[in-house]
Amino acid sequence: MTVLTEGAGEAGPASETHAEIVSGDLLRFATAGSVDDGKSTLIGRLLFDSKSIFADQLESVEQVSKDRGNDYADLSLLTDGLRAEREQGITIDVAYRYFATPKRKFIIADTPGHTQYTRNMVTGASTADVALILIDARKGVVEQSRRHTFLATLLGVPHVVVCVNKMDLVDYDEQVFEKIRAEFTEFASRLRVPDLTFIPVSALAGDNVVTRSENMEWFDGSPLLSHLERLHVASDRNLVDVRFPVQYVIRPQQNDARDYRGYAGTVASGVMKPGDRVLALPAGLETTIESIDTADGPVDEAYPPMSVTVRLADEIDISRGDMICRPNNAPTVTQDIDAQICWMDESASLVQGKKYAIKHTTRWARALVKNINYRVDVNTLHRDEDATEIKLNEMARIRLRVTQPLFVDAYQTNRQTGAFILVDEATNKTVAAGMIGGAAHQY
Amino acid sequence: MKSHVLTQLRSLEAESVHIMREVVAEMERPCLLFSGGKDSIVMLHLAVKAFAPARVPFPIMHVDTGLNFQTVLDCRDRWVERTGVQLVVASVQEAIDRGLVQEEPNGSRNRIQTPVLLEAAEKHGFDALFGGGRRDEEKARAKERVFSFRDDFGQWDPKNQRPEIWNLYNGRVHQGESIRVFPLSNWTELDIWAYIEAENIDLPDLYLAKDREVVERSGMLYEVNEFTPLKDGETAQVLSTRYRTVGDANLTACVESKAATLIDVVEEVAAVRLTERGATRGDDKVSEAAMEDRKKEGYF
Repeated sequence: MTVLTEGAGEAGPASETHAEIVSGDLLRFATAGSVDDGKSTLIGRLLFDSKSIFADQLESVEQVSKDRGNDYADLSLLTDGLRAEREQGITIDVAYRYFATPKRKFIIADTPGHTQYTRNMVTGASTADVALILIDARKGVVEQSRRHTFLATLLGVPHVVVCVNKMDLVDYDEQVFEKIRAEFTEFASRLRVPDLTFIPVSALAGDNVVTRSENMEWFDGSPLLSHLERLHVASDRNLVDVRFPVQYVIRPQQNDARDYRGYAGTVASGVMKPGDRVLALPAGLETTIESIDTADGPVDEAYPPMSVTVRLADEIDISRGDMICRPNNAPTVTQDIDAQICWMDESASLVQGKKYAIKHTTRWARALVKNINYRVDVNTLHRDEDATEIKLNEMARIRLRVTQPLFVDAYQTNRQTGAFILVDEATNKTVAAGMIGGAAHQY
Repeated sequence: MKSHVLTQLRSLEAESVHIMREVVAEMERPCLLFSGGKDSIVMLHLAVKAFAPARVPFPIMHVDTGLNFQTVLDCRDRWVERTGVQLVVASVQEAIDRGLVQEEPNGSRNRIQTPVLLEAAEKHGFDALFGGGRRDEEKARAKERVFSFRDDFGQWDPKNQRPEIWNLYNGRVHQGESIRVFPLSNWTELDIWAYIEAENIDLPDLYLAKDREVVERSGMLYEVNEFTPLKDGETAQVLSTRYRTVGDANLTACVESKAATLIDVVEEVAAVRLTERGATRGDDKVSEAAMEDRKKEGYF
């Protein structure tokens, strides 16, 4: 791509030249906090200070803030989009926000913090590289901070950043920050948090969000944005276990490509190369990768999350829902699934003996709930082994019997082949998120 | 040692391709809504890439308001010719003549497109419609799902959307219901332009700057042509302008710009200070909740 050296003009949103902007990678982060932790304000601050919001958006926010008699621009108005939310002053659904710096493009899944919308936290965290947990410096670690961290680790989010917010309201006191850090670290030691960072911020005043705070000289870490820019996420992905769920078979009914037969899909994990010996499941047959095609021509390797089309040396009967892996490194082929689930449907509960549609990678099947091992109360994290039904926003450990084999890995080692959803066959609603295997966290 | 990290553009491309393949694999009869604007063209380009070397396995539908820029129609026809994709045209003028919809007093056909779109989708039995909407465009869109469920009236209920977890999309619908699918959900305007430039995608020339005869109305610049003729007392001037969005020819304003090449446009977008809808679409200025209301009626 051509490198531009001039003309990007004065600082606008993303004032760097395009060649630099689009050459960075993608980082997805999920935010979580309690209702008044200032989460929307923090995101507004990130967008505002990184110059990612636009003049007309800011004007609109300033006007509305003035109309309401506020002393300062209410940056939460940038993200609280739906009318119902503005009326209630809360966020009721996952909102996605975007901004880019010369180093990275960021996708923020802004998830509501209050109890009844836990499913949104699960949704936002499912694809996140980083979970941003907000704690009100005046209140310290509360039940919801614990719950959000628990959910983030359960969803396998590899990095957790704890922003101790509203430091301006505690006189930027280092002791307050240290006390929260100690308490949180103690609690997190009982969870699987590969990478944990603490940053004292004031979203409202802008301390340590984009620019280093002059009010907290005692803090020697990075401001939030530079931390997010530098976070190393490449090694979080599983590049070892080749898993290629076949999504669609490309067989052109055209004179110019009549003999073509390619297996289209997204690489779930591992690195595939032409010439590699592979195993096709459930057929159980081995063959060799002839070529890895894209619309721009063949490539010499494919890795997640590339979407490619694989051609094989031998004709094997493969269709959507099948899995290509390595002969000496295959997923577990099973019809019995032990999983942790989060129930997401408000109108019906999960009950033992009920059947659901299950989607795992690109494969649909039916699943029978054989057993509810126990329910986890997401507020107290207490295990109830006598539970017979699972309601909205509750977590449970269950056992499923599936009508046909699935090709699974434990969620903790593979966020793609360890995940599934359950769909109610009558309403077609997505009713549960499931994570396969592994011991449930407890504290 | 290779880094095994995709750039943001290739990550976005891979995600869009995944979404399109998922829809084709699972839905009965998908269709791509094609306005001739840059986002729908990028969508079609991605569809071509997703299914190569096979042809795009679904038709595209143009809801023709009758208020088209000729250069947009020409570009549409070039794409149809080049890709061999099947084109369905749903005519708003014909629907007005039949009495299905009525012309609105302000001359906007934006709102009355919706019933025409829904009728055509029903007639052809489309159960999945690809739309070029992006979440960065507007606040109501920021909460839109990639697979957006619509009831049998084509309506969007923000409180009744399916959770979307991982990339496990659920497109299951009952008879009469449908989904709208937004493969560009996670793209921003800058991503779109950088991608158009990187892939050298064929666009209507409206998007590039040249000298145009324009008239200023309420702070917006309209080209003087058969759709927006000069009114009494107005004076035209010649300015270097380009279009940032392409909607009805009688309502879409252009902006002053010197960006005459794709690279210039990318550079300009990277520095611009107004969101694209705020700058050029008279029909979005109605109220802060305007988009939310229109989406509920079945608009994209």
